[in-house]
Formats: sequence, structure tokens, C-alpha cells
Amino acid sequence: MAKQTVKDWTTDYDIFAKDYIKDPFPVWDEIRDSKCPVAHTERWGSSWMPTKYEDLFAIAQDIQHFSSRDVLVAPQGPPPEWDGEEEVPEILRDYDVGAPPITSDPPVHTWARRLLLPPFSVRAIAQYEQETRELCASLIDGFIANGRADGAVDYAQQIPPRVIARMLGIPEDESPQFTEWVRNFLELGLTNTDLQSENARQIFGYLWERIQEHKENPKDDLINYLLSATVDGEPVHEGHILGTCFLMLVAGIDTTWSSIGSAIWHLANNPQDCKYIIENPDKINGAVEELLRAYSPVTMARYVAEDYQYDGCKMSEGDRVLMNFPAANRDPSKFVDPDKVMLDREVNPHIAFGVGIHRCAGSNLARMEMRVSIEEWLKRIPDFRLEDPDAVTWAGGQVRGPRTMSVVWPS
Amino acid sequence: MRIRVDGEKCQGHNRCWDIVPELFDIDEMGNAHEKNEGAVPPELEEKARLAIANCPERAIFTVREEK
Repeated sequence: MAKQTVKDWTTDYDIFAKDYIKDPFPVWDEIRDSKCPVAHTERWGSSWMPTKYEDLFAIAQDIQHFSSRDVLVAPQGPPPEWDGEEEVPEILRDYDVGAPPITSDPPVHTWARRLLLPPFSVRAIAQYEQETRELCASLIDGFIANGRADGAVDYAQQIPPRVIARMLGIPEDESPQFTEWVRNFLELGLTNTDLQSENARQIFGYLWERIQEHKENPKDDLINYLLSATVDGEPVHEGHILGTCFLMLVAGIDTTWSSIGSAIWHLANNPQDCKYIIENPDKINGAVEELLRAYSPVTMARYVAEDYQYDGCKMSEGDRVLMNFPAANRDPSKFVDPDKVMLDREVNPHIAFGVGIHRCAGSNLARMEMRVSIEEWLKRIPDFRLEDPDAVTWAGGQVRGPRTMSVVWPS
Repeated sequence: MRIRVDGEKCQGHNRCWDIVPELFDIDEMGNAHEKNEGAVPPELEEKARLAIANCPERAIFTVREEK
């Protein structure tokens, strides 16, 4: 894709621009303060990007005009296919797998979400806390004596793939492969449809095999939970189970490691906040909410379901709307001093997990992983800093977080 | 003070429960329900207001007390 430099962010925004990925905050302010707080671009087909909290709130609640049938902003390649026609499992022919319920609208969304929520409830997630803590501790064991590590690659990126693999009941030691697939699908794949399709195909193929194994050898994990579930007395279509497993793998990895990475980045820059968390262990939940607000990683899209005028913006059917929840969380009309990270912020109705019927189903898991990974890090490495702040690299697009981040501490 | 959770609006963010678990129950879908018919003892009124202010769905209301 030939890259044109952005001249006017309100009429031609570019979420893949290098400077924007590194520091999007001034751009959001510029758009939000302009007379077009819902920016537009034709870069990936027609898409719109609201930046004010109230616009994000209103659009997220209006599921009639803003469908979730496609949550990625750039047009995608053809739907994933298996290698040859004959290898496509019979049951999946003509089945629109998708990634339910994130890609569903009611009525499918309603039952698909009810199916998925109980294993992600705050109580259900609590059972994974101890093993997550042990995982974090063992990662730190691996590098603490060196006095340095890459906080993104060696720590943040290692945690979510392993936790979700355990939950699904797929081999944890294959997590480097999951990481590569997810990056190719959700990060690099947004601007490379061939790469995206190929990786989607591989993920679907892999998960399909694991689902078949689980049918032969049932275990106590999420894949068997879905296989044994019934909706209105009927078992759930295996195509749906495949799509939901795809969602759990993809959505649970890139997003949460971005959040953990951003939290480590913030703490490396702000020793007083490390001190605050260490001295106020009972305030950790509020601190996590503030880090989620300030460094919200996820920007999902909506699909305009019919021609519709929103606040003067003439949207056409098929346009995308980039749900810039991260910008909403920096809106000064909603948050006092939004660019200031205040771990003891009391009023913080952030929408990092979205708002409305698509509220992130994994929010309790993400919070647990963030809390535990911060606690375990600070327990062992209370005093650390970025080796070279300018050398930190960020991924952006629809999920933002640090990708390489060398940190050092006295050893 | 008396509060009520609008079950149509609640989407299970669990923020109210995290702030003041004495006043809310969470069901397996993550949705919040007020405890004790929404009665808020005076010592929890400030926390109840914080729960209202932190709900992203604006799903928690104060209910006018019947006199």
C-alpha cells in the first residue's frame, strides 16, 4: 500500500502512520477539538473514527446501525480455506465460522455471549490466578540475575498465550507459534491480506484438529465445555465452536500482552507509581483500571449496516467505524486531567473493554493477568527503568502496545 | 439512600462490585444485582456514589425513598 503522509487528520487519518503508532495522543486531541471529531478516511475503503467519549458511547449502543459483522477496519482477503476442497471438513462447508460473539449481531450474539460468559466470570477466572502467578515468577526467574530483560518479549508477551492455552486445553509449549499466528493475523495482517488469510487458515486448521482430539478424549477445559454445551436443548454447531475458539486464542493474546507491556513501560518511567503499588497492595485494582484507561490497547471496528447520518457524517452501508475507545478514555470532557496517569483516580468509567453488548468477554481474565503480572514483577524488581526510551518500539493499528522494550535494574 | 441496577443496561463490567462488594452481587453472566433491595447504609453512601460514577453503562441509579 503506497503510504501518503497525512495532511489533515480529520479528513484523511491513518492509524498505521509511524508517528501515530508511537504517540497517538496529540492526534486524538487535534481531531477531538476540531469541528469534525468523527474523522474520516478513504485509505482502506471509507471509514470513520470517533474520538469523543459520548460519540463512542452512543455508537457502541446503536447496534441497529452499527453491526459487528466485521470488526477489522481494512478489507480482508478471501475467507480462509483449507488446502484443497476435499480437505474442508464436511460440517464446515457453507458455514460462516467468523469469531462469535465478537463478530455477531443479535439474535446469534445473544446466545453466543451467554454461552461464553460463565467460564470468564470473575469467580471462574480466579481458579487460574495461582498458576498465572507461578508462570510470572518462573519467567522472572529466567532473567532476574541478568539485571536486564525485554519487558515486552521476555515477559508481557509470554503470559497471555500460555494462560489461554491452558484454559482451552491446547499445548502450552506451542505458545510461540500462537504468538506468531496472532501477530501475523491481527498486527501485520491488517495491511497484508495474504498474510492475514494464510494465518487465519493455519489457526483454524490447528484448532479444528484440537477440537476433534477433544471429542475423542474429553478433558476439563474450555473446548470440552463448548462441546458439551447445549443451546435450546441442541448441541452447538462445531463451526460455531471453532469460531469461538479462534476468538479466544486471537483476542486473548495480542490485547492483553499489549496492556501488560504498556503497564511495565509506564512503571519503568514512573518510579513513584511503583512505590505507590508496593506500599498500597489493596489499591491494585484501581491502579489497573487507570492503566487500562490511559493505555487502552484495543480499537475494534463496526460495519455501517445501512446508509445513515450520524451527527452530520453521511455514512454509507459498508463503511467501517473505528471504535476508538482509547481516545474516548483521554477525553477531557469525561476525565479530569486525562493525560495524567493517576493510579488513585477515583472516578474512572473508562471503556477500554468497550461498552454495550460487546463488552469484552475476557475482561476479568485480562484484569487478573494484568494485576498478577504487575504484582509479581514489582515483588522481585521494584526498581527498574527503560534502558533507552527512544529504542522502545510500538505496534499499533487496532491493537497498541510496546513490542520491544529493554529494561534494566540493579543486579 | 437506595440504589437499583438496571438489568437491561448492565453489561457485566463488574466495576460496582469491585468498588463496593457489600452492595452488589454478580451472577455467572457477570451482571450486577443490588443486595438488600438496594438499601445503602450511611457509611457506604460515598462508595455507592463512586460505584454509580464508575459504571461505564450508566446502569446504576439512586431510587427515591418512599416516605
